[in-house]
Amino acid sequence: MEITLRVDGQERRLVVDTRTSLLDALRERLGITSPKKGCDHGQCGACTVLLGGRRALSCLALAVAYEDAEIVTAAGLAEGGDLHPMQRSFIDHDALQCGYCTPGQIVSAVGMLAEAEAGWPSAVSADPDADEVVLDDAEIAERMSGNLCRCGAYVNIRPAIAEVARR
Amino acid sequence: MSVISHAVGTPLDRLDGPDKVKGAAVYAAEHPVDRPAYLYPLQATIAVGRVIALDTAAAGAEPDVLAVLTHRNAPRLASAHDAELAVLQSDEVAYRGQIIGGVIAETPETARHAAHLVRVTYAERAHDVALRPDRDDLYKPLNAAFFCRGGGELMDGSPADSAVGDVDAALAAAEVRLDATYTTPINHHNPMEPHTAVALWSDDELTVYCSTQGVTLSRDLLATVFGLDPRRVRVVCPHVGGAFGSKVYCHSYAVLAAMAAQIVHRPVKFALTRRQMFSLVGYRPATVQRIRLGADPGGRLTAIAHDVVVQTAKAKGYAEQVAVCTRCMYAAPHRRTTHRLAPLDLPVPTIMRAPGQAQGMFALESAMDEMAIACGLDPVEFRIRNEPGVDPETGRPFSSRHLVDCLRDGARRFGWDRRGPVSRARREGAWLVGTGVSASTHPSPRFAGNTTTIRAGPDGRHTVLIAAADLGTGTWTALTQIAADALGVTVDEVELRIGDTALPPASPAGGSAGIDSWGTSVVETAGRLRALIDSHHGGVVPPQGLEVTSDMPDNPDAAHYAMHSFGAQFAEVRVHADTGEVRVPRLLGVFDAGRVINPKTARSQLLGGMTMGLSMALHEQGVVDPRFGHVVNGDLAEYHIASHADVGSVEAYWVEAEDPHTNPMGSKGIGEVGIVGTAAAIANAVHHATGIRVRDLPITLDKLLRQPVVEE
Repeated sequence: MEITLRVDGQERRLVVDTRTSLLDALRERLGITSPKKGCDHGQCGACTVLLGGRRALSCLALAVAYEDAEIVTAAGLAEGGDLHPMQRSFIDHDALQCGYCTPGQIVSAVGMLAEAEAGWPSAVSADPDADEVVLDDAEIAERMSGNLCRCGAYVNIRPAIAEVARR
Repeated sequence: MSVISHAVGTPLDRLDGPDKVKGAAVYAAEHPVDRPAYLYPLQATIAVGRVIALDTAAAGAEPDVLAVLTHRNAPRLASAHDAELAVLQSDEVAYRGQIIGGVIAETPETARHAAHLVRVTYAERAHDVALRPDRDDLYKPLNAAFFCRGGGELMDGSPADSAVGDVDAALAAAEVRLDATYTTPINHHNPMEPHTAVALWSDDELTVYCSTQGVTLSRDLLATVFGLDPRRVRVVCPHVGGAFGSKVYCHSYAVLAAMAAQIVHRPVKFALTRRQMFSLVGYRPATVQRIRLGADPGGRLTAIAHDVVVQTAKAKGYAEQVAVCTRCMYAAPHRRTTHRLAPLDLPVPTIMRAPGQAQGMFALESAMDEMAIACGLDPVEFRIRNEPGVDPETGRPFSSRHLVDCLRDGARRFGWDRRGPVSRARREGAWLVGTGVSASTHPSPRFAGNTTTIRAGPDGRHTVLIAAADLGTGTWTALTQIAADALGVTVDEVELRIGDTALPPASPAGGSAGIDSWGTSVVETAGRLRALIDSHHGGVVPPQGLEVTSDMPDNPDAAHYAMHSFGAQFAEVRVHADTGEVRVPRLLGVFDAGRVINPKTARSQLLGGMTMGLSMALHEQGVVDPRFGHVVNGDLAEYHIASHADVGSVEAYWVEAEDPHTNPMGSKGIGEVGIVGTAAAIANAVHHATGIRVRDLPITLDKLLRQPVVEE
């Protein structure tokens, strides 16, 4: 069936199977390969995109259900030629190696900072009712654990995120 | 030749970083091709037997299905010599999950659906997947070097056995003795990018966009299998989404994709699913290792024996060098290592980050900890006391060996002097706290088969061409730095091209030999180019530019020196007294890896190795179901790899020590030494925290709870 997706600020018409995941629609139908397919199972986080500003796993979303949604990928975080501060921080901290989980880590981190800003607690938050979330290393680690990195860049990723969080 | 260093040693940001943070770096599945068809494989659901009937009618009748490929209609390969690559050449099934066909369709959804409509009937035979050291079919490997392409007995070309002196007599006479058996399970690489091949034919030429650690090796393998002149095969792979050994050799999927593209006369995309990776791309084989040590009352080793039983596949032999690490680590006059293979009806194992060393050093370094305690010595001091002056089995000098410096510097940085000798002595609330140490080592070879072309332009720009690979290792950046210094220009004036067989050939990124090999080739070619400019062009690049191509020279020192990277790793663990949960708040490693080309990317590689070592220590195990012969936990929820929350502080340092013999850069291998010893450091720390010695990886909480604990 034919649908319209709004990706990184652009409207795109495309034909999908009702079984097509949002991830496959982006990668195989539209050639938007910034979100990566690591497991196709919701277990690795490489396909993370922002759906209406909230992080979501595009491999677990069916494309037909997102006709009206605002979809943002890591490619869309960079405005014009300028990298997003999170992207710049990842480079500065060498928070990537093979780069395959990286777009997902970055989108997830941006979404996570918004969640913390809104006061959402995590499993390691001492006080779930606190108005303000202090993003220490343990909080960032807990909130980012849906994004696997097999190269083992975690100890560079977390400081990269913490630096942006402090700004 | 020596190279004046400006770029080398600088912590330059990753040159491919801006592309990677946007997701713009192109991986195998992402190369745009015209009208791709999609392949979904059929996999055997028995462990051993034959396919006797295949009903493909329903699959073939699905709209948009282009073809159903099975052994009955698959193209005959020119060479079926390599059992791993001889895809669909017979009805035989040698392991569960083996490719027995594939459905090619217009969309990935259709291919996958139709694959499930194929009905397969088997004639099943009994299978045997149990690794036991008392099997009666253990054998000594032969002709196993380099995936059975060379003549050596083990994968790395080493002999299977080694012996010096009289181990049995020395053990019998030793004042202090240890005899312990350590076991390690199957580990799966699980790079984040699933293995992918996109294949297309034009006339009789094959192009494959393939996720590979070495385009040249992949091209040669595919050319052999399809009976093509290698010049008619092109393999392209500028970026690899992690590999860890699994993308050096396993190309059954590339063969299948190329066959499918032949049949449907269109480009075919075949991206493995995560679950398919658990049977089709190799894995680290399980081991059973017996270590015996003898020492005098002063804590000097008199005897070392390391006897290994390691699994292989009946489908194709693979002989991992598990005890080779023991041949170079510690001094002792009497010593022996042996390797015997257990042939199982399982998928074919392959190299995985520090193959053999990772399992072997878990055993040896756990044993060293046990022996230090038995001798009443501090584990750091015990290792220093047994440091050899020369390579203990060959008598050759080391090209460089700064293990003692690593141990001392690491101990200082870690605060080792605050450690008490008694185990189960420190408790913080519900947590038992302990610390442990291990040494690390990995060979630092150079591989043959490297050629570089450099084009100099009159504008000062240089293009450097070599079919090297970047797996996340930092090749794009580090090799550019090496080239800049060798050419006497800035990094901005060098354009590097890698990852394509249209470029001069290169050895694979493996064996911790990548940068050392490619860099040597680049330095050699740059030297010749500069000499040519000086001798024939008055020191100025002519207006039409200049191009020089040259092979990597052999290393005359390789025959005279033992070349290895070394390291010392320190771990702090916390074990929950009630649940047995293990946490690792702190890992610290100091390494001896020669001259460091790029401190920023090198540090990341070492941290990544240590992180994978933590994962190996605590989480990773491919669990084989003996009834069906498959790994049951075949996804990332059930095969747990370390996540953010599993990893605490990890620090990596190195001693500043150029190696005078390895290569013109003075560097040593850095990609694998980081994972070697991490598991032992953690196991030793767990013992220090709890008094419980876990000799069987991974260290899961059940192993800590079911052991009787004696309160001290």
